[in-house]
Amino acid sequence: MSLFRELIFPLIAVVAAFFVGGILILVIGDNPLQAYGLLFGSAFSWPVGIGYTLFYATPLIFTGLAVLVAFRCGLLNIGAEGQLYIGAFATAWVGITFAGLSPWLLIPMCFIAAILGGGMWGAIPGVLKARFGSHEVINTIMLNFIAVALLSYFTQYHYKSPGDPIMQTVPIGEGAHIARLGGFIPGLPEFIPLNLAFVLALICCGLVYIFLWRTKWGYELRATGTNPSAAEYGGISVRKQIIVAMTISGALAGMVGINEVLGYRYRYYDGFSDNYGFTGIAVALLGRNHPVGVIISALLFAILQRGGIPVDAFTEHVTKDIVQVLQGTIILFVAAEAFFRGPFAKFGLLKRSKV
Amino acid sequence: MLELRNITKRFGAVLANDKVNIVVKPGTIHAIVGENGAGKSTAMRIAYGFYKADEGEILVDGKVHDIGTPHDAIAVGIGMVHQHFMLVDTMTVAENIVLGAEPGSGIALDFAKADVEIRRLSEEFKLAVNPHAVIEHLSVGQQQRVELLKALYRHARLLILDEPTAVLTPQEVEEFFSILRRMREQGKTVVIITHKLTEVLAISDEVTVMRDGRVVGRLQTKATNAAELARLMVGREVLLRVEKTPAKTGNAELSVRNLSVTDRGGANSVKDVSFEVRKGEILGIAGVEGNGQTELMEALAGLLSPSQLSGEIRVEDRDITREGARLRRELGIAHIPEDRHRRGLLLEFDLAENSILGVHYRHPIVAYAGTFLDNGAIRRRAVEIIEGFDVRPANPDLPARALSGGNQQKLIIGREFKVDPKLLLVSQPTRGVDIGAIEFIHRKLVGLRDSGCAVLLVSAELEEVTSLSDRLLIIHEGRIVGEVDPRVATIAEIGLLMTRGH
Repeated sequence: MSLFRELIFPLIAVVAAFFVGGILILVIGDNPLQAYGLLFGSAFSWPVGIGYTLFYATPLIFTGLAVLVAFRCGLLNIGAEGQLYIGAFATAWVGITFAGLSPWLLIPMCFIAAILGGGMWGAIPGVLKARFGSHEVINTIMLNFIAVALLSYFTQYHYKSPGDPIMQTVPIGEGAHIARLGGFIPGLPEFIPLNLAFVLALICCGLVYIFLWRTKWGYELRATGTNPSAAEYGGISVRKQIIVAMTISGALAGMVGINEVLGYRYRYYDGFSDNYGFTGIAVALLGRNHPVGVIISALLFAILQRGGIPVDAFTEHVTKDIVQVLQGTIILFVAAEAFFRGPFAKFGLLKRSKV
Repeated sequence: MLELRNITKRFGAVLANDKVNIVVKPGTIHAIVGENGAGKSTAMRIAYGFYKADEGEILVDGKVHDIGTPHDAIAVGIGMVHQHFMLVDTMTVAENIVLGAEPGSGIALDFAKADVEIRRLSEEFKLAVNPHAVIEHLSVGQQQRVELLKALYRHARLLILDEPTAVLTPQEVEEFFSILRRMREQGKTVVIITHKLTEVLAISDEVTVMRDGRVVGRLQTKATNAAELARLMVGREVLLRVEKTPAKTGNAELSVRNLSVTDRGGANSVKDVSFEVRKGEILGIAGVEGNGQTELMEALAGLLSPSQLSGEIRVEDRDITREGARLRRELGIAHIPEDRHRRGLLLEFDLAENSILGVHYRHPIVAYAGTFLDNGAIRRRAVEIIEGFDVRPANPDLPARALSGGNQQKLIIGREFKVDPKLLLVSQPTRGVDIGAIEFIHRKLVGLRDSGCAVLLVSAELEEVTSLSDRLLIIHEGRIVGEVDPRVATIAEIGLLMTRGH
């Protein structure tokens, strides 16, 4: 029953968004069924569609988890974008600087660099909040700008190969490459960049679940998120929890760099993120701040992203911007859940009200 | 004046009112008593048009009226003052009173006319308030008068008051009662919903007792007593007086020396307080709320920053003034906070998770590498607390939010007793709790004291604090202004210390 309740509202939001999008497509002058057919058909085609959908889902799972962990501690991390950039650059730096090392050493070092880089960038607003009470939303937004500007500078003036017109660093060492799943799954071509980072993302979902609901640290973090005064009363240091949550959140966002740098481009590419950090907020929201929900909603957003291209190509009027309309509408509907709940809530409230 | 005839009301599967018959005679003060959930508020909300009855009819002055909204109720002369005031904090008294019944025609407000009317009413009923004062600057007692004026301004002849004394200090209650008596003299009818028996006996003419949605007694106040009312409310014999043997006290468990607390605003809320609590005794602190009790208890529980404290807090021989809440808990200090929603519970968490707050990081809750929670152990602990303290419904998977106030309180008390404390800090242990549960909680507290625990009790209920305590301190404006022997001191004597400070 409670699972049903958890699922029903996100589901309504998605269906309603597709309905609204359908009307829009109709008004523009195309057949909504044809457009949606193209969208899902391409996203689910084997092997290319599915391969790319899962590849697109990977960064969204990481950022969705990042937002989730902060949210469970009562914090809104708008800074996953900056954290993932720092993580990606950190892992690229290690891959470039220690290019000659054996993979057995280099890959773990690169992983740690991504985690530490993102974690550190997330810890800054955590410490600021715990120490001075400054609001994490403001600080994470500011740190996004700082991260982007800082990394552009390093890419342009220190890590670009001379004469390269593209804003990207020199390649990382071969030993830092992680395997593409095409190498293991028959029928999946290796040109599809879906890589081991996807498996890592799924593992992280499991770890986040265990951490939050099965360990004493997760208990303290969630207790702080639901009622800091009561947490304090129970002997939990609220300040410490804020720093811990923001650090873990940043570390998860930083792991996007593993997918991007070690599994896909094999270098740091300036401005690579397609707003993964911000979409992560929507992913967590739609996924009800639960790891399983995050997987499902990350997949949905990846389907939209992948399916937008053929919709653009094979319909007369509709462009791939329809994807953004759908994403936006989903978020609106999820955010307007209170409105949906209205009639239900009223009933529930009456039942519970003091007699 | 007002008659409810065979009123039945269901909320889903819950039968809130089952063929309720209530007759309120004109010009009387009529008390409706019952435990939380007995259906008294529901019945009165039906009379006021908040809910619609599934069956039955409402008669006003002998005629059947269809009261579907509060508007209909006001039209026939029924007014209601809710437990939580419905006032706009930033508006003046006069503006609040006329809100929704604005004088004058069209868009122009005739405040002069309203002013005259408000002054006339406050004169007639001796409800002294300045019509131009802003609500947020008024005391709770004054705000209540505004609510009464609001109803009178709308020509209410019958006033329904839902738990009106819950928010008042003992002195304000006396004042409030004289207002009610004046209203009765002026021909108004008053219905007062309450679960405090002393108040019923002090103010009412007639009593209707409700239990489990049914009327179980209609009595003349003069012909009844507290024991009979309690028995009707709970459905069995209730001990109103706490039974306890003389305290067998040991050494001092807690000693507080020259403790002062500085608020964030810079003011001192606790001033140079010194006292000891010995093993095996209950030390009570009585005082009007807001005289530093809250800050004192938070300081002792380790919930304030050390920079706010001066003086010394010792447990046995250890100075804990600068220690945090976790270490204090490890030293055997348990704490039942005054605000169970803000401090005591994680309302979104289930009962099992709530039952481990404070010990959640220790053996036996944490097994496996000192990291992972042992769900079996958590459940066992939760079930032991639920059974030992009769928490209902007895389901560890329910969120704490789903419980009634009394059951939430029993859960907190059970959790804090479970750690076998050496020192128990307890604030307002029975606030908003039913009579049956109050008796239970009192017995548990005395039992804990008999087992050698030191108990420091703060309560706004004078009767509670005098009957439970072995020694009683009086606090006024953050200072301890006196110690009395609760066995011989009179309520009047204590009340005087509480308000005047000497």
